[in-house]
Amino acid sequence: MAEILIKNGFVIDPSRKINGDVMDIAIKDDKIVDKVGSGAKVIDAKGKVVMAGAVDVHAHVAGPKVNAGRLMRPEDKLFKSPDAQEHYRMEMGFSIPSTFKTGYDYARMGYAFVMEAAMPPLHSPHVHEEIHDTPIIDEAALPVFANNWFVMEYLKNNEIENAAAYVAWIINATKGYGIKLVNPGGTAAWAWGLNCLGINDPVPYYDITPAEIITGLIKTNEYLGLPHSVHIHQNSLGDPGNYTVTLDSLKLAEGVKAKNKFGRDTVMHSTHIQFHSYGGDSWANFESKAKEVMDYVNSQKNITVDLGCVTLDETTTMTADGPFEHHLNNLNHLKWANVDVELETAAGVVPYVYDKNIKVCGIQWAIGLELGLYAKDPMRTFITTDHPNAGPFIRYPRIIKWLMSQKAREATLASFKYTDKVIDATNIHGIDRELTLYEVAQMTRNGPAKSLGLSHMYGGLGAGLDANVGVFNLDPKNMPSDPEMIEKALLRAAWFIKSGQIVVKDGEITNHGNKRTVWVNAKVKENPQVMRDINEKFLKNYTVAIGNYPVWDSLAPNPLVIDIDVEA
Amino acid sequence: MATITLKPFKTPELIIECNNITPDAFAGKTPAEIAELEIFEGKVREKLGDFFSVTGSSGNTAAETDILIDGDCSRVKYLGSKMTVGTITVNGNADMYVGGWMKGGKIHVKGNVDSFCGIAMEGGEIEVDGNAGNYVGCAYRGDWRGMRGGTIHIHGSAGNDIGTFMLGGTIIIDKNAFIHVSTHAEGGTVVIKGDVEGRVGGQMVKGDIYVFGNVQYMLPGFKEIDRVQKEIAGESATFRHYIGDLGERHPKSKGKEIYANLYVKASA
Amino acid sequence: MPKLITGVGCPYCGSSCDDIECLVSDDGKKILETRNACVIGNEIFHHVSSPDRPTKPRMRQADGSMKEVSYDEAVDFTAKALIKAKKPLIYGFGSTNCEGMSAVARVAERAGAVLDNCASICHGPSFLAIFDNGYPSCTLGEVKNRADVVVFWGCNPMHAHPRHTSRYSIFPRGFFTTKGQMQRTIISIDPRETDTAKLADYHFMLNQGHDYELFDAFRTVLRGHDIPAEVAGCKREMIIEAAEKMRNARFVMIFFGMGCTHTDGRNHNVDIAISLTRDLNTHTKSSIMAMRGHYNIAGPGQVWSWQFGFPYCIDLSKGTRAHMNPGETSSVDLAMRDEVDCFVNVGTDAGAHWPIAAIKHVKKHPFIAVDPNICMASEISDLHVPVRVVGVEEAGVVYRMDNVPIQFKKVIDGPEGVPSDEEFFDRVYTRMCELTQTEPMWIPAKGHAKASSTSEH
Repeated sequence: MAEILIKNGFVIDPSRKINGDVMDIAIKDDKIVDKVGSGAKVIDAKGKVVMAGAVDVHAHVAGPKVNAGRLMRPEDKLFKSPDAQEHYRMEMGFSIPSTFKTGYDYARMGYAFVMEAAMPPLHSPHVHEEIHDTPIIDEAALPVFANNWFVMEYLKNNEIENAAAYVAWIINATKGYGIKLVNPGGTAAWAWGLNCLGINDPVPYYDITPAEIITGLIKTNEYLGLPHSVHIHQNSLGDPGNYTVTLDSLKLAEGVKAKNKFGRDTVMHSTHIQFHSYGGDSWANFESKAKEVMDYVNSQKNITVDLGCVTLDETTTMTADGPFEHHLNNLNHLKWANVDVELETAAGVVPYVYDKNIKVCGIQWAIGLELGLYAKDPMRTFITTDHPNAGPFIRYPRIIKWLMSQKAREATLASFKYTDKVIDATNIHGIDRELTLYEVAQMTRNGPAKSLGLSHMYGGLGAGLDANVGVFNLDPKNMPSDPEMIEKALLRAAWFIKSGQIVVKDGEITNHGNKRTVWVNAKVKENPQVMRDINEKFLKNYTVAIGNYPVWDSLAPNPLVIDIDVEA
Repeated sequence: MATITLKPFKTPELIIECNNITPDAFAGKTPAEIAELEIFEGKVREKLGDFFSVTGSSGNTAAETDILIDGDCSRVKYLGSKMTVGTITVNGNADMYVGGWMKGGKIHVKGNVDSFCGIAMEGGEIEVDGNAGNYVGCAYRGDWRGMRGGTIHIHGSAGNDIGTFMLGGTIIIDKNAFIHVSTHAEGGTVVIKGDVEGRVGGQMVKGDIYVFGNVQYMLPGFKEIDRVQKEIAGESATFRHYIGDLGERHPKSKGKEIYANLYVKASA
Repeated sequence: MPKLITGVGCPYCGSSCDDIECLVSDDGKKILETRNACVIGNEIFHHVSSPDRPTKPRMRQADGSMKEVSYDEAVDFTAKALIKAKKPLIYGFGSTNCEGMSAVARVAERAGAVLDNCASICHGPSFLAIFDNGYPSCTLGEVKNRADVVVFWGCNPMHAHPRHTSRYSIFPRGFFTTKGQMQRTIISIDPRETDTAKLADYHFMLNQGHDYELFDAFRTVLRGHDIPAEVAGCKREMIIEAAEKMRNARFVMIFFGMGCTHTDGRNHNVDIAISLTRDLNTHTKSSIMAMRGHYNIAGPGQVWSWQFGFPYCIDLSKGTRAHMNPGETSSVDLAMRDEVDCFVNVGTDAGAHWPIAAIKHVKKHPFIAVDPNICMASEISDLHVPVRVVGVEEAGVVYRMDNVPIQFKKVIDGPEGVPSDEEFFDRVYTRMCELTQTEPMWIPAKGHAKASSTSEH
C-alpha cells in the first residue's frame, strides 16, 4: 500500500457539500487522509471530475437466480461478449454478465460497493461463492424474509423479539446484511401456485397479511438496529394500476422512527419503484403514476427509493417474486425458470425484450425517468435498473445521461414507434428538469451509502473514509453539449482507486483489487424458544442438516464485519 | 463479377475455423491479402494461406465477389457464415456452420455438409447437393429466434432437428429426415420430399410442414381436418391436412386459434 | 476414543445426503463405521482406507509400464502438455468439489482448452432443454413438504439414488404431507418394470424411445383435445386418468432421468417435459427436476455458469471469449471428430463411460487422469495423478441435484503428500505461468483451512 494524491480535479462530494471545487484528494493505504508526503503517486485530474466510489443499493449480481439466468441463456453471450483484456479473465454475457465481467464493469464505472438484493438463505453458500469470484468491488447480500415460515409464524402472533432472534440467526448464518422483503406473502402463496396482490390479501394457510408482514419486519429491523432499513419489493409488481398498492404499503412506514447507530434516519427502502408506479387497469390504458408516487415519497422523510429504470434493452428478469415471473411468462411465452426454496422463498427468471417499438415499454421507460425527475430529495432517491430486470447495470451512465439532459430524453422519446401514445400516457415530454452532477453524486454515492448505514465508509471523500475515488473525463463547469459524452465518460472512468489501489486506468482494469464481503454480525440475547423452533424445523422440514447450513468463514475470506449488539 | 479461387493443399491436424471465408471479407483484397486473413486451429492463430492457395481476383464489393473453393472442406468450419451478399461454391464437402447467421448471397456446396448448416439464417440461399447433418436451419442454443428468412435446399437427406424455433424462410429436403422437424417453430416452411421417422411439428405454434413420403410415427397432438390440393417446391399433390401441435399454446386471431399445419401427401 | 462426526455429506449420488455419521479412529486417519449411508455411500467411506489406494503419481514409460514419479514431475508434465496442445480437452468433475472446478477453470482458460463435465454424456440434453425452455423447479424440501403426485420419468431412484425416495420423494412425512407415502400418488414412466415402477400407483410401460409422443399426449389431453386410442404403447384411458390426477393434484413433481436424455430426441424429451410442467402450472402447482447422477455434478454447471456463462462444453480456445455449442463442443463429438489433441480426465472415468471409439481417438494424444482411485482411465493414461477424496478427506462446496449448495466437511486426513484437485491444479497453473513467463492472475483464494463446521448456533 502506498500514498496517492489526486490533484486539481473538480471535486464533487455532497457528504461535505463540495460542489466542483478544485481540490486535491489524498490517500494513504486504504483510507482517505488530509495530506500525504511528497513521495505520493500523483494523479493529474485537472479538468476532470472527482467523485467517491459509487454505491449500488440494489442489483442482482450473485446467487442462484442470477446463475439460473446465465445458465439458461447462452444467447445472452453469443456475439454479445467483449474480448477479454489480456491476462484478465474472460467477460461473458450482456444482461447477466459472468462474475468477472460484473466486477470489472462496475469498477470501470467507478463503483466501490454493490448490494446483492435477494439472497435465499438456503442458497447463501452459493451467493458467497459468486461474491468471492466477483473481483474488485465490495459486496453484501440481503437475505429474503417476507415469505419465510418462521417469520410468518412469529409475526402472526406479534412476537417481535422472537422474529428478531430468528432474523439475527439467519443474518449471521448466511453472512447477510439486512432484511429484504419480496412480494410479502405472495411468494409464500406461490408455493401453492397462488399470489397476494394486495397488502390485505391473506396468505394461504398462514393467517397473516402482507401488511402485517411488512409492519412486523419494520419493527424487527428497528428492534435489531440494523444498519440498513427494511428493503422492500412490494406486492403486485408490474401490474397496471398497482400504484395504489404501492402507496398503501409505503404508508405502513408512517410515524415509524429509525433506531440505529449508523446515522440512518429512514425505516423503509422501497426498491425499483418504477415497476410499482403504474396506472390504468389493463395494458391498453396503462399509464404513468410516477407523480402520485413520488409526491408521497417526497413528503415522507423516513422513506428511500431506488428507480429501477427501464433501459430499452433485451434483458433477463429475475426476482424472488415467483408468481410475477410465471405471470410474465404467460405474457411473453419465452423460457421460464423457477426455484421454490423450502420454507423460505422462491424465485423466477424470464428473458424480456424492452422493445422501444412497443408502447408499454416506452411508458415504462418514461416512468423510471419521471420518478428521478420528480424527486425532491436526491439523498433519498437512488439510480438503479434493478439489474438486470429493467436493464443491465452497465446502462447506469445512460440513465444519468437521460436524467441530466432533456435533449437526450426527447431524442429517445422521438425514436419510439408510438411516441404520441407514450406522451399521452406519461408526463415525460416537456419535463425540463436536468439533474446536476451534484445531485447525481447524491443519488449514486452519498445517498445510498447513508440509507445502507455505510456512510462512515462509503459515498464521500472526507478523511477517514475508505479510499474509493473515481476520476471521470467530465468538466462540471463546462459540461459537453453532446449528452452522449456524459454516458461515455461515466461508463469508463479515467481512474478508479478502490480501497487505495488503482484498479482502473483509462477505462481498463489494471488490478484485481482487494474485494471485501460486508456482513452484519447481530448479537441478540439467547432465545431458547427460537433455537428450539429452528432445530425442529431442520429435523422435520428442511432437507439439509442444521450444522451444514451456516456459511463457512472460508467462503468470505476477506470479510468486513459490522457488529451489532442488541441489548434487550 | 470476379472470382477468387481457394484450393486446399493441406489437411489441418485438428480442424480449422474460418470465419473469414466470405465475399464480405474478401472484397477489395488481393490474393496475397486474402492469404493473410486469420484463421484458428484450436488456440493457434494461422493464416488462410497456410491451408489454401489463393488465386484469381476479388470484386471491389462483396456483391461482385464470387468464391470458388476447389476441393474438400470436410475440416473447415464456418464457411460463408454471416455473409450478406456474393456467392461461395464448394467443390466438395464442408464442415459445420455453412451459412450460419447468413443474411444474403448464395452458397452452393456440391458435396455434403455437417451439422448447423444455415443456423439462425436471416436471408440468402444455401444449396447442398449431398446430405446434411443435424440441425439444418435451427436456432442457436437457447435462442427463440431461429431461421428468419432465406432458403436452404438439401438435395440429399438430413438428420434431426430441422428448423427448430423457425420463424420464417424455407427448408427443402429432397430425401429423408430423421426426427424433430420444426420443433417450437412459429413460422416458416419445411418440405420433406422423402420419409420422416417422427416428431414432426412437436411443440409447434405456427408454420407449415409438407411431407411427401411417410411419417412413421405421428404425434398425438396433430389432428387431421381435411384434404387439400397444394403446390409446393415445384410439385402439386393432394395432402392430408393436419393441425397441431394441439398440446402447445396457440395465438388467437379474430377470436380463432391459429395452428401449425402439417400436410402429408395422400397415398394414391 | 473413536470420535463420532455427524452431519457428514455423502460423496456418492445426486441426493447428496448430509446426515451421514462417521465413527473415526483415535488418530483421525481411518473411518471405522458409518451410519445412515446407503450401501454404495458406505462403501465410498470405507474405500479410502484401502491398502491398494495409490498415493504417488505414475507415468507411462517407453516400454508401456507405469512408473511412480513425484508430484512436481506430474505438475510439470501436465502443464507442458496443456501448453503444447492446440486444443486440449479437460473433462470430468463428477467427483470433486467446486473449489477444484474453479481451479481447473483457471487452468483451462490459460491453456485455451475445452472444459466439459460428465453432463456431456449424462444430463447434457437436459441443459439443452433448459436453454430452450427454462426450468420450473424447486428444492427437494418442497417435494417432501408438499408434493402429492410424484412422477418418475425414465429414472429408477430405488437403484440409482438409493435414499432419494426415503429422504425426499415418496416416503417422507413433510409439513403438508403428514401421511407420507399414503398421501402421494406415484406415477412411473419406464419401459421396464423397475423397482421404482413396482412402488408406483400407475406404471406406464411405454414403447422404448417414444417418450416425446407420450408427453405430447399428456399435454394434448390437458388442453382438452382428443388423442388416439394408443400412444407409445399406452392406452388412452390410462393417459387421461393420470392426466386428471395431475390436474387435480395440489403439487405435481416430475423427476426425470437418463431414460429421457438417452433415447431418441434426447433434449426434446426433457424440453416437452418442461412444457408439460409449465402447462400444469395453469391448473395447479408443478415442478420438474433432473435426477442428477453424482453428488456434485450440478457443481460445474453452477461454477462455470458464473465464470463463463455456460454450464458445460465450453470452448476456451480463442482466449478472448468462450464458445459453447453441444454437438460441436461436446467431449465425445470433439473426440470422434479428432478436434482435440490432449485429454485430461478429472474425477471421473472416461475410460469406463465413453464409447470405446471416442477413447481410441483421444488416446492418440497425451492422456492424463486425475483421480483418487485406480480406474479404467487411470490405467490407460500416460499420467495418473492421485488426489484426496472430496467429502471424506477434503472439504468443499457441492451442489445437490436441486442446485442447493451443501458444505461438505472433511472427515479424516488424506494420505500424506497427496494434494486435493484444487491444490494440484493450482500448481499446474503456477507452472504454466512460469513456463510461459506470464503473471498469474489470482482472485484472492478462499481460505484453505476449511473448518469442518464453523459458526456455532
